[in-house]
Amino acid sequence: MYTEQVMDHFMNPRNMGEIADADGIGEVGNAKCGDIMKMYIKVKDSVIVDVKFKTYGCGSAIATSSIATEMIKGHTLNEALQLSNKAVVEALGGLPAHKIHCSVLAEQAIKAALSDYYRKNGIDPEPIVGKITECDHDHCESCSED
Amino acid sequence: MDRFIYADNAATTKLSKSVLDKMMPYLTEEYGNASSLYNLGSKSKQAVESAREQVANALGAKPREIYFTSGGSEADNWAIKSAAYIGAKKGKKHIISTKFEHHAVLHTLEYLKKQGFEVTLLDVHSDGVVRVEEFIDAIREDTCLATIMYANNEIGTLQPIAEIGKICREKGILFHTDAVQAIGNVPVNVVDDNIDMLSLSAHKFHGPKGVGALYVRRGILLDNLIHGGAQEFGRRAGTENTAGIVGLGAAITDAVNNIENKTKITSEICSYIIENALKIERSRLNGHPTKRIPGTINMCFEGIEGESLLLMLDFKGISASSGSACTSGSLDPSHVLLSIGLPHEIAHGSLRLSFSEENTLDDAKYIVEQLYPIVDRLRVMSPLWEKIKQNG
Repeated sequence: MYTEQVMDHFMNPRNMGEIADADGIGEVGNAKCGDIMKMYIKVKDSVIVDVKFKTYGCGSAIATSSIATEMIKGHTLNEALQLSNKAVVEALGGLPAHKIHCSVLAEQAIKAALSDYYRKNGIDPEPIVGKITECDHDHCESCSED
Repeated sequence: MDRFIYADNAATTKLSKSVLDKMMPYLTEEYGNASSLYNLGSKSKQAVESAREQVANALGAKPREIYFTSGGSEADNWAIKSAAYIGAKKGKKHIISTKFEHHAVLHTLEYLKKQGFEVTLLDVHSDGVVRVEEFIDAIREDTCLATIMYANNEIGTLQPIAEIGKICREKGILFHTDAVQAIGNVPVNVVDDNIDMLSLSAHKFHGPKGVGALYVRRGILLDNLIHGGAQEFGRRAGTENTAGIVGLGAAITDAVNNIENKTKITSEICSYIIENALKIERSRLNGHPTKRIPGTINMCFEGIEGESLLLMLDFKGISASSGSACTSGSLDPSHVLLSIGLPHEIAHGSLRLSFSEENTLDDAKYIVEQLYPIVDRLRVMSPLWEKIKQNG
């Protein structure tokens, strides 16, 4: 059901862990839906010098967070902002249709961490990052109950 | 990684070699149509009828009361719709069932609701067992059918079938039970248990896939399922799946004769796992601790998600299943786990292990050994686990 790349990132996640003195922390998803992603970024001169993640979720949730960290590490904040869920899916060689929401969550987790970074630096993140949706399960009953 | 442990026998089982041997002639040289007059045909006919006798004997029924189907889901659909139509003719359009039936039952009931039937789904409480008093309370003047599973497919809990059957018989309510998970795991006797209709499926007890049976007590008029031929007493047309039916007959005979032996092996395995895996902090056994079929256990590990757990177990050669949303193919975790009151976030971390007599205590030890580091590893990654720990 999963590609080799997904299984590789699931079994050998890159950049898993926390950053104690992170410059930005973002968390998206919720326990009720079965996935939570938390991203930590360390920023120097507008470049993401370090990034770590922690994920509670299925195989593709872990794999998408892992590859997303690789895709933004060493890149500028602006480049990280451009990372789309589509690029994440492509980098993994595809995801099953019902797992696409995991890649959206990964994109949102990065955006949430960037927002937190801007906020901490006294910059209103919304004009730059846009609105972060807590959960993309718009058809998910358990999410809309909350 | 050479080890392979199949621990998903509630999903399906391995076809037994002796069953396959008995099926082979009907897949090769004995290819006659059971409806044909000549010798080749009548040999197939004899094989089908002898399998019907075997299924009847296994259930304490009569051969005339056994209808072959394509499996458990078909048997459930057929039984429930037939009983509903019988009820409707008498102006009775109320059905009692439970919240944690298989979807073959629940979705059929949904369909009947659209046709004007009313359905009461009984609570199964935190132990996954229906209460007889609540069943009695649910009975109405217009109740035509009760359909209650013998043993639950996800958590393995056994229901008070004989008691409910007795009440139904007294009240003139038809009683159907989905016994797909029970056959071969516990003794089932349709007379002692006061069962009017019963569904079973061959591949759950080392028989072939694509064949099952519906028991219907003599005197209950089954609706025609497939029109166009005299097969299955004129109720289900179509040339018989002779090899499959022969396989079902052989498998059910072996299964009921082997219950004691199987119970001995699987209870030892399950006791070991329950005792040792539940030492993992924040884990639990789902369903009643004793009112259960011996070979199925369902556990939850807080802070982790079931699909990840399954993938890692698979990597270690262990085949199991989970009721998490990701594995149920929907966004909600299994309706069975929700029905016993588990919150979504705990139900997502469920693991079902189901064993057969082919498993060993060594398998159990290996599973527990692998489970510890896997649960740890997923928890280290999990921000939810972090929160659980912070909140104590």
